[in-house]
Amino acid sequence: MQRSLMSGNEAIARGAFEAGVRVASAYPGTPSTEILENAVNYPSIDASWSPNEKVALEVGIGASFGGARALVAMKHVGVNVAADPLFTLSYIGVRGGLVLVCADDPEMHSSQNEQDSRNYAKFAKVPMFEPSDSEEARAFTRLAFELSEEFDTPVMLRTNTRISHGKSIVNLQEPVSGLPEPSLVRDPAKMVMLPANARRRHPLVEERIRRLEEWAGEQPFNRVEEGTGEVGVICSGIAYQYARQLLPEAHILKLGMVYPLPKQLIRDFAGRCKTLYVIEELDPFIEEQIRAMGIEVKGKEIIPLCGELTPGRLETALKGDEQAAPFIHPEELPGRPPNMCAGCSHRGVFYTLKKLGAFVTGDIGCYTLGFLPPLSAMDTCVCMGAGISNATGLTKVLPPEEKQKVVGVMGDSTFLHTGINSLIDMVYNGGCGTVMILDNRITAMTGRQENPTSGQTLSGIESPPIDLQALCRVIGVEHVQIIDPYDLGQTTAVLKQEMARPELSVIIARRPCMLDRRKGPEPTPPLRVVEENCSSCKACLKLGCPAIEWQQDGAKPLARINSSQCSGCQLCLQLCKFEAIEVCDDE
Amino acid sequence: MTSEIKNILLAGVGGQGTLLASEVLSEVLMQAGYDVKKSEIHGMSQRGGSVTSHVRFGSKVHSPLIHEGQADILFGFELLETYRYLPMLRKGGQVLLNEQQILPAPVAIGTDQYPQGIAAKICAACPATRVVDGLNLALQAGNQRTVNTVLLGALSGMLDLEEKLWLEVIAHKVPERFLPENLAAFALGRNS
Ligand SMILES: Cc1ncc(C[n+]2csc(CCOP(=O)(O)OP(=O)(O)O)c2C)c(N)n1
Repeated sequence: MQRSLMSGNEAIARGAFEAGVRVASAYPGTPSTEILENAVNYPSIDASWSPNEKVALEVGIGASFGGARALVAMKHVGVNVAADPLFTLSYIGVRGGLVLVCADDPEMHSSQNEQDSRNYAKFAKVPMFEPSDSEEARAFTRLAFELSEEFDTPVMLRTNTRISHGKSIVNLQEPVSGLPEPSLVRDPAKMVMLPANARRRHPLVEERIRRLEEWAGEQPFNRVEEGTGEVGVICSGIAYQYARQLLPEAHILKLGMVYPLPKQLIRDFAGRCKTLYVIEELDPFIEEQIRAMGIEVKGKEIIPLCGELTPGRLETALKGDEQAAPFIHPEELPGRPPNMCAGCSHRGVFYTLKKLGAFVTGDIGCYTLGFLPPLSAMDTCVCMGAGISNATGLTKVLPPEEKQKVVGVMGDSTFLHTGINSLIDMVYNGGCGTVMILDNRITAMTGRQENPTSGQTLSGIESPPIDLQALCRVIGVEHVQIIDPYDLGQTTAVLKQEMARPELSVIIARRPCMLDRRKGPEPTPPLRVVEENCSSCKACLKLGCPAIEWQQDGAKPLARINSSQCSGCQLCLQLCKFEAIEVCDDE
Repeated sequence: MTSEIKNILLAGVGGQGTLLASEVLSEVLMQAGYDVKKSEIHGMSQRGGSVTSHVRFGSKVHSPLIHEGQADILFGFELLETYRYLPMLRKGGQVLLNEQQILPAPVAIGTDQYPQGIAAKICAACPATRVVDGLNLALQAGNQRTVNTVLLGALSGMLDLEEKLWLEVIAHKVPERFLPENLAAFALGRNS
């Protein structure tokens, strides 16, 4: 048996491979992204990025209709987008097994909320596994496909950031063989969900959950680990690891499946423990169901509802006061917030938007970092696609002089995710906003995944890059312009003109992502500061470029450009009025 | 093998190769027969944010996260970040400190100050601090991007693991054309 150190995401891809998955589809999102990035390395899996999570799930459902096993992956908020097909798929069931992996992000390391996806399992009435390390991530993924077909149901597998991105040892197994070949089968009573069919399916869904509950009570993934004391703990996922570490004496009921719960197992376990804790991250999901069974437990009255559960936080919750750290800083330390890269094509756009006093209805991507000082140029951010539709709503209600300030901004991947629907609405309903699409030809925020503007798929196959300008025109936008965001003069002039225009217009700021040298231009030489000319005016610092550092230890304070970081984008050179920045053309 | 669990916390700045270093370390530990868990937050690592990676090993590891005040080794890639995570170190723990300074954005734009005398403060709080001039040694090895390998070399001297394992894992993880400079960097760090 081969052992390998794998992240949860690598292990899920491995589990899918072992289960004979044919199709894997996803939209990137931290912490789920690496599942597909690893799945694509197995030649037996057709792995692809969809433009959004709803499409990804529907692609998976199609493969399942054909009798193939399909894996679909997304981050927690992605399930909101995919919820529509998910809920009806629960009624339809599957032909080939279908597993939806959803990666939660407690503590919001890279997310806009910390919703607890376990609620979706109960809401959609589908079973959900929750692994507690990489080996379980592999094994549960594999098992989930068998379960899916046996019980005719989609199955969810929920991870969190620690499981998805943490590495631990995995025991690799041989892949299954002998799965049936995909084929067309008509089964309208099951695959056409109109009211008459759906009415017949719903009772079957309820019956399925009841049978699953019974079955789960006898499975090794829901197990009791005997302790020595009188304290019992019910837990699952990462919380199990923290509970095991902090309460080595407790009896533990470790749940591998968090929905449906094995009620009889829980009753028997509770009967043996004097004090019973439910230890879980985020919502009292397990706790509420156990209380509803009439069993008294300790849970969220001591364990935090918000944020990640860490060993430290759990210890504080269980033992009362906080342990004092051996070292406490006597001073406050400067933070180290993330920043747009040196040479990022978004920087000049936000610099200009701020200068023009725009009210920016923003969106989610690398460009959300335009919110941070010194650019400080994003005024709203809700969810993917909202940047344009928020602008529509806002301009409906503002007085004319304020309307013109509103600019809806989003990246190319976000535009194709759901922003395009927002733009259609704006055109259809006579909206008059200014829209900017920051077209860097890639889904940069999540680690530079290909998207329909990239000219390439996840598996490296060329595909026609979508023409955003033509797309906007065909929707009905009359004024569509492409600008170069490295050209501050042009960016300012065009933005000024389009903000003043009473009708709708779209500006596409086009520059490939700095980090994507595959499609990008040749590297340009770095810049340097001509010290005699620097007047210490700090104009260049307003860009917040990580390559520019303010030096105060010399005769006069001045800017310095770190040549190992500078990409040569020349934005700072355009801002300097004293000819104090020049190109290094030494070689 | 001891049943006791050892904790190593890596702290650095995105772009310094902290994550690759924790990858190599964890792989070496697995090859040496330990149970290993490693946990870190990706995402911001490429955007100059602060980066940490928790590595825990022993006969059986449960939590992937190091408890506050329980790190045996604080493996710091940058002065300020090492100092920031000093509260994670246990009493009597060791620090491996790379003397490099990377300005965070608020300092670079002149709205905040980089704290002075950090190395001295760390050494005062933790007498068992080993200071390494990673950048200088990396330049000696022929490439300033091998700082992380220099530091792994220095760390290898603090852990009781066969040198052969380190060299094998590095050879496996580093692209072939960068291997000679990385092996040189590892040796310089180990003998520093
Ligand atoms: C529904 C949903 N899915 C996925 C994500 C994760 N996510 C955040 S930003 C982003 C993509 C941004 O790409 P783009 O709009 O091209 O901007 P860039 O980062 O390239 O500047 C993704 C996938 C999310 N926040 N919400």
